[in-house]
Amino acid sequence: MHLMMFIAKRFARLILTILLISTIIFFVIRIIPGDPAAVIAGIDATDADVAAIRAKIGTDKPIAVQYASWLKDIATFDFGNSMITGQSVTKQILRRFPITLTLATLGIILGMLIAIPIGVLSAVKRWSLIDYFGMFLSQLGMAIPSFWLGIILLLLFAVKIHLFPLFGIGSIKNFILPALSLGFARAAIILRLTRASMVEELSKEYIITARAKGLTERLVKYKHALKNALIPVVTVSGIQFGYMLGGAIIIEQVFSLPGLGRLFLTGIYQRDFTLIQGGVVFVALIFSLINFLVDILYSLLNPKIRIS
Amino acid sequence: MNSHEPLLRIQNLDITFKPKAHAVRSLNLEIDKSQIHGLVGESGSGKSVTSTAVIGLLPEPPAKINSGQIIFKGRDILKLKQEEKRKLRGREIAMVFQEPSKYLNPSLKIGEQIREGLSLHLGMARKPALERAFELLSMVGLGESRRVLDSFPHELSGGMKQRAMIAMGIACNPSLLIADEPTTALDVTLQLQILELIYDLQNRLKMSILFISHDLNVVKQIADRVSVIYAGKIVESADKKAIFKNPLQPYTQLLLLSIPDPEKRGKPLKAIPGTVPDAEFIPSGCAFHTRCPYSKKICAEEMPLLKEYKTGHFAACHLLDGNTG
Ligand SMILES: Nc1ncnc2c1ncn2[C@@H]1O[C@H](COP(=O)(O)OP(=O)(O)OP(=O)(O)O)[C@@H](O)[C@H]1O
Ligand SMILES: [Mg+2]
Repeated sequence: MHLMMFIAKRFARLILTILLISTIIFFVIRIIPGDPAAVIAGIDATDADVAAIRAKIGTDKPIAVQYASWLKDIATFDFGNSMITGQSVTKQILRRFPITLTLATLGIILGMLIAIPIGVLSAVKRWSLIDYFGMFLSQLGMAIPSFWLGIILLLLFAVKIHLFPLFGIGSIKNFILPALSLGFARAAIILRLTRASMVEELSKEYIITARAKGLTERLVKYKHALKNALIPVVTVSGIQFGYMLGGAIIIEQVFSLPGLGRLFLTGIYQRDFTLIQGGVVFVALIFSLINFLVDILYSLLNPKIRIS
Repeated sequence: MNSHEPLLRIQNLDITFKPKAHAVRSLNLEIDKSQIHGLVGESGSGKSVTSTAVIGLLPEPPAKINSGQIIFKGRDILKLKQEEKRKLRGREIAMVFQEPSKYLNPSLKIGEQIREGLSLHLGMARKPALERAFELLSMVGLGESRRVLDSFPHELSGGMKQRAMIAMGIACNPSLLIADEPTTALDVTLQLQILELIYDLQNRLKMSILFISHDLNVVKQIADRVSVIYAGKIVESADKKAIFKNPLQPYTQLLLLSIPDPEKRGKPLKAIPGTVPDAEFIPSGCAFHTRCPYSKKICAEEMPLLKEYKTGHFAACHLLDGNTG
């Protein structure tokens, strides 16, 4: 009952966000200079040629008419056809999306696998070697841009030592290096949060109760404290996953992965309004959807939230 | 002292905290089998530090146990290894805390929080342990449905939480239950209910209880024997009747005068002048001499010893030795 209300509210927020973003992107690409008709026509085209193309792709219509048809497109999850190639934008996006999704998913998994154990151990053994190592790692993760890390990893483990393939999308091996470069920066944030959260939980009163019950230190720390400490960690990891989809677009360039990044970059170069619009709204939709799921997950993990 | 061996005997316990706070000073305390022993003292007098030492959870550092013994069933707890102390906790000595909302794990179900102790100490399998947990909840008055077993702490009221906490405490049938201000966080009606519950449980299970409180009224209702603690030292210890009818030590006397008596409603209370000394600045001699209306010269110079003035009635005060100078 409460959960249903909660889900309904979050869903309404999601719809509103998408509406807002699609409006903003629609107007922004029309304000910044660049005319898709000019791109299609080429440099030698006459004004008449360009005008003809405008009429064909629909950019000659009044803004209000264009906007209305754009909203209708979104409502039906059909982002129209590319102004340049004429292909369905939705189809193009859906064809590329699995690559980006694989990359981001693997990235967040690797990030969490690195961050959570080190974060927990850092909190349990504060000011120990592992704690300093964790701090060093998270400093590094925050300082190093992922594309740079990507280039270094590529040079090291694909060019110098042939441990991983240089390009291609055939196997999971192709995704390990890009996912690692993507996940490392996220790991830094998750590591810090895990440590802080675990330290806080370990200082709470229920820990005294657990010890007074005669529980082993292992149970006290890895059952009682960890269960509570992971609640914010899982939530933030989910949000980080959303950001990662954005980051993936850049990393795809470094590793020549034909994901959404490539598609959108081409769209931007060519002033392909429909492709850019569709791309932005799609990414926003996925991002909001992830946050929506994270909210629900959080409320399931944290029994206190569910009630209130 | 007594010829028989009590369940718990604390002797000359002395505990300091990191820079120089003297939290517990040559403290002596005995708890007999099946006795409800009330430990009364103002805030900061060392009640919790003492009980934490008994259950073997004093954090060292910042705490440092300088001297003393805590003899429980013939063994000195202070000499036990960590693992031996752990096996004692929850099994032989259990604890109930003041604020159940903070001292229960928010993300584990009540049933699970009771079960884990049973499985650990008594080797019970999950299912029978949960059954036993339900029995325990019934014993503390939460047996009307199995719902409580599957509840998270926040789904229960304050009184129910404290009952669940008590069920956790008695789970393994301990010989000693330490209840550190178990009713302080509750409102008056609930206080009474919880007191009655603890009293009844003691009657059924015959365990000893160290009942800690700063409220003499509460102790009066439940304790068999009462010890009064001031600035980390026991200043008087006797059977409840003797303490309330015939207190020997001036601090106890003033404490009794300062409690609200339901029969003398409306009359102003006599608060003890001054405040409890900071554990970092404990007065010389008898720590109470700065607030004592009968203070003599010797009181500022020598620390009085806890001596038996009547059978089973101990007090620490120079005046009782006939000192007039
Ligand atoms: N962790 C600590 N660090 C430093 N000093 C401490 C610590 N815990 C206790 N003390 C000192 O020990 C003294 C006694 O504290 P204790 O908690 O035993 O008091 P209490 O009698 O339980 O009081 P209350 O009724 O407020 O619970 C305090 O005044 C304080 O100076
Ligand atoms: Mg206390």
